Amino acid sequence: MAAILHAQGLYKSFGAVTAASDINAAIEKDSVLGLIGTNGAGKTTFINMITGYLKPDRGRIHYEGRDITELAPRDITRIGICRSFQIPQLYASLTAFENMMIGIGVVLQNAGRGGFFARGRPHVPGYGLPAEDVAERLLERFGLAEYRDKNAQVLPGGVRKLLDIALTMVAKPKILLLDEPTSGVSAEEKFAIMDMIMKAVRAEGTTVLFVEHDMEVVSRFAERVLAFYDGRIIADAPPAQALNDPEVKRFVVGGALQRLDEAQSRPRA
Amino acid sequence: MSAERTPRTLALTLVAILAAGLFAPQWTLFLLTIALAKGLVVLGLMLLLRCGLVSFGQALYYCIGAYAAGMLGRSTGVSDLLTLMLAGMVAAALVAVVLGFLLARYRSIFFGLLSLAISMILYGLLVKTEALGSSDGFNVLPSTLFGVRPADDWVRYAVLALAAVVTFVAALAVHRYLGTPLGRLAPAIKDNEIRVEYMGASARYAIHVKYVIAAALAGLGGALAATTVGHIDPEMAYWTTSGEFIFITILAGTGSVLAPFLGALIFGIIHTVAFDLSPNTWQMVLGAALLVVIVFLPNGVWSLFRRRGAS
Repeated sequence: MAAILHAQGLYKSFGAVTAASDINAAIEKDSVLGLIGTNGAGKTTFINMITGYLKPDRGRIHYEGRDITELAPRDITRIGICRSFQIPQLYASLTAFENMMIGIGVVLQNAGRGGFFARGRPHVPGYGLPAEDVAERLLERFGLAEYRDKNAQVLPGGVRKLLDIALTMVAKPKILLLDEPTSGVSAEEKFAIMDMIMKAVRAEGTTVLFVEHDMEVVSRFAERVLAFYDGRIIADAPPAQALNDPEVKRFVVGGALQRLDEAQSRPRA
Repeated sequence: MSAERTPRTLALTLVAILAAGLFAPQWTLFLLTIALAKGLVVLGLMLLLRCGLVSFGQALYYCIGAYAAGMLGRSTGVSDLLTLMLAGMVAAALVAVVLGFLLARYRSIFFGLLSLAISMILYGLLVKTEALGSSDGFNVLPSTLFGVRPADDWVRYAVLALAAVVTFVAALAVHRYLGTPLGRLAPAIKDNEIRVEYMGASARYAIHVKYVIAAALAGLGGALAATTVGHIDPEMAYWTTSGEFIFITILAGTGSVLAPFLGALIFGIIHTVAFDLSPNTWQMVLGAALLVVIVFLPNGVWSLFRRRGAS
């Protein structure tokens, strides 16, 4: 299948630290990719380069055949690449519903609808429904209906995470980058939350890249895994193969296990 | 007070002003007209404040509007009130379009102090410009309405009536703007600008637009004040004038497009009464009033009109 996103020879360094060193990846349409690697391996730098927050020192990124390397984040969002955040970025003083309405407003504005002279309730592109109905529907789909009128700043962590992802879906992105969608969520809830996210997102045929530290989650939801280490991609394969790769075992999965051992052997205070 | 009822309330307020003006004493008409002029400036400040931006220099556009109206009258003999007000509005908006490219890059204290600095530059320039009367300013010609000079007894009412209609249109337009996606972006910019950008909107553009609207309203108010008072001077750009607008903004609250006008009216009344009672210490009364509002009504006087539990 044709690649929707193509990263070629990306380099990025911050002073003496190399965050990306010759990153190459072709991401196929309609696929689900898991990005794994220890902290500082370059996963978030990769996401930040795709979304325009960081410009690579070298290399190009093509999306649907178009060079997007130099575009600003909002322009990249407008053409269909959206992201969620490791720490949810919400409008804290507004309710969940109002958060959704802000996002939908931006979509309407970018489509040239709902301006000062517009009459009636304009339909949201891609949904064919008025803004309020789209907001309700997305809240429903992400299991957030009961939090509709609660302020974002008082919502529990997992709910904030879901709202953060629901916000990215208002524009019906073609590619969605999820930065640690289950971090800060209890182990028991992880699968349920990932199930809900994937169902909601895949219903729109969105291509998904997600950063995840839990290898069980990765092997269950990813079709393909990109393993990062020291700014490089050390494995690019289906989960079963990637997670058994000796380098991945040593640098990524092994690291995680080692940390787990350390945590367990640490005397409890 | 819900947002859907605002247009109706605005219309009722307009009718009330037009009716009450027929019977009220002359000095109250003057007070009310000035309240409308200042309310227009504060309406613009409210737009910026909703984005989390406080302009310490909104007097810049108040002064530009006043001088544009005064200079147009002086140089071309135009005396039509509506034309002068529109001239003040356009002049202020044009300056804001240019300055907005600079100001929209800044946030918080930097935005505030930069706007203050620019208004003080204008003050400095006007004080040194002899052709415009230096620090004395100059008198504005008596205005006419659609080519007619109303009888002396009716001048104040005629000016008030036109001012009320223009203000009504401006407030209605701002109310409608606040309902558009671009207008609704204000609290989002205040809360989380990064997210705004990652949703595909430009916070800088949104702020630039609001900045120009705010300037246009201030220019409109300045021109109205100039023609009502009949005199303009560089004090209109001085920082204390900007301070007065912020004072009214805090007094009023940002809950509705009606709030600025209520705030400006209350300010005018306190000012007049306090000045009457104690000409030397009237500022103390104003200060005490603000203190009371901040302590007991942190969201401004307007919060009294909100249904309990609504917010």
